[in-house]
Amino acid sequence: MRLIGRRLGVYALTAWVAITVNFFLPHFMPGNPIQTLIGKLQNNVTVSEIRSIRLSFGGGLHDGLVQQYFTYLNQLLHGNLGYSITLSASVSSILKSHILWTVGLIGVATVLSFFFGTVMGAILGWTRGSRFDSAIPAATFFQSVPYFFLGTVILMVFALNLHWFPESGPYSLNVVPSWSWAFVWSVIRYGELPVITIVLSSVAGWMLGMRNMMITMVAEDFVLMSVAMGLPRRKVMYAAARNAILPSIANLSLAIGLVVSGALLVELVFNYPGVGDLLLNAVLNEDYPLIQGIFLVITLSVLAANLLADLAYLALDPRTRTEAVQ
Amino acid sequence: MARSPKVIVGLVITGFFALMTVFGPYLAPYDPNDTSFAPNLHPSVQHWFGTTSLGQDILSQTLVGARATMVVAVVAGLVATMLSIVVGVSAGYIGGYTDDSLSMLSNVFLAIPGLPLLIVIDSYLPATSRSNALVIGIIIAFTGWAWGARVLRAQTMSLRNRDFVEASRIIGESKRRIMFNDVVPNLLPVLASSFLFTILYSIGAYVTLAYIGLTSSSVWNWGTMLFWASQNDAPLANQWYWFVPPGLCIALVGTGLALLNFGIDEFINPRLREAGLSARQRRRMGLERRPRLGLTPVVRDVESPVTRVPRSVAS
Repeated sequence: MRLIGRRLGVYALTAWVAITVNFFLPHFMPGNPIQTLIGKLQNNVTVSEIRSIRLSFGGGLHDGLVQQYFTYLNQLLHGNLGYSITLSASVSSILKSHILWTVGLIGVATVLSFFFGTVMGAILGWTRGSRFDSAIPAATFFQSVPYFFLGTVILMVFALNLHWFPESGPYSLNVVPSWSWAFVWSVIRYGELPVITIVLSSVAGWMLGMRNMMITMVAEDFVLMSVAMGLPRRKVMYAAARNAILPSIANLSLAIGLVVSGALLVELVFNYPGVGDLLLNAVLNEDYPLIQGIFLVITLSVLAANLLADLAYLALDPRTRTEAVQ
Repeated sequence: MARSPKVIVGLVITGFFALMTVFGPYLAPYDPNDTSFAPNLHPSVQHWFGTTSLGQDILSQTLVGARATMVVAVVAGLVATMLSIVVGVSAGYIGGYTDDSLSMLSNVFLAIPGLPLLIVIDSYLPATSRSNALVIGIIIAFTGWAWGARVLRAQTMSLRNRDFVEASRIIGESKRRIMFNDVVPNLLPVLASSFLFTILYSIGAYVTLAYIGLTSSSVWNWGTMLFWASQNDAPLANQWYWFVPPGLCIALVGTGLALLNFGIDEFINPRLREAGLSARQRRRMGLERRPRLGLTPVVRDVESPVTRVPRSVAS
């Protein structure tokens, strides 16, 4: 329980750091971006909109910085993430329509990637020195390819030239969003290539980590002992893998942030209407309140996912449940 | 370590791109900004990698872009490694509250997703800073030092109570001197590995920022090339020769660095080293192809007779 307490502390602190960075960045950047922004908008938007935009940064100019900071925190506590300049709507309402796509995409891709990577890593570690070892350099290569480049190549080869997969977007233009079989099937078909891209880019990390742990584990006495006792090889491998998987799960919380970062760009390549696509459009249009709101939501979601991963680790490793005696 | 084929391939690839970083801009046949060529040319003798839809030579852009990409990555790698030494080694060596607070700090930076943070910071930068390699490098380092700090802390803790460190403590050396003269030199392999890892991260981060259009578009790097390719819908027009060269360069540099890192990992953890013969050697010798648990195939050197061993040693 102490572990969870400590992790919660770290995540709470991280959330606070993210919020604080978010607030102070526009206030301390050279060139006073908030003033420039509002000056640019002066003639195009209504007075109430300007007030909303100003509130996204912590309120009026006449208030002190500390007061603006608390106004900002107060706004966040009430679920007010700011007001988008380009889309003329509150950031939270815009995010609501985009976040499900991203969560679905990244969730499916992460589970698949973790599963395949771990299984392949276990096999590679168990059969070290066999032909399978040649998979390692290939995996390293895929790990080094930027997500968006791999996505571009896959898009061009498999969707634009071979026509095996639909090109881009979240679902076919011929179906109406509803809980019908046709729509769900379309969503699955259109999600395939983005998921494949993310899995290909991220699977190597799991694989190599698991392989290294497995190799260490195979040298342990209990493995040799089990083999000597005549247990079926498959059972011994399973037992070794069960022990080797723990660091992978402990690393899960670290990897989520990386996968999310990569997946944001995959969305851009495939025109997937998730948070990543939104963020990058916001960057192009210099829509600062939207950028900041998205950054906060991404960070908080990653922290929540981290916490889930920590809970899984706690459930799987009995050693973490006993109070550490040092 | 140096004999491992992985390390040799890694060294060759990394060396190739190091040369490209230094000499690339001089080798470029044309000015990368020159738009006087016919647009959308396929690869040919005049234009090895073809031309963009603006009529720029892609080979020249790739060669010139190597330097900008690598300089930012190395700056970021150096700064991040220095940060991780300062934080990680002091946390591991001093311990106590210092350790608690510094570990907390690195955990916070590990938990914040790096790319979104980079995007937020970068989107506020004025255009002049965006083209400044030093500024971008430092910002990337700021988001990427925490992992190294964590690894270094763990290693420092295992060194802290060794006899030679104890000896320096008894002599009365200052903490800083012990950390930098006794601890850090013994962290060298770990340090090298974390440096390579940070460079890898930095290349990815910089190229990504450029791809989104968040670095100055007047500086050619591999990310800006991909940015322009995607802005002009190169995949739709089947212009693979536009985005494949920069993308492949990024992937190859990454592979080279990762292979080098494997070598260092095997150096640190001998259990990861290849035991005995490779699969190909075993097949050639007619041995079982699959290695078996508890058995390590070895070469029996039939040429050297046992009798040559001097009696005094043998008995």
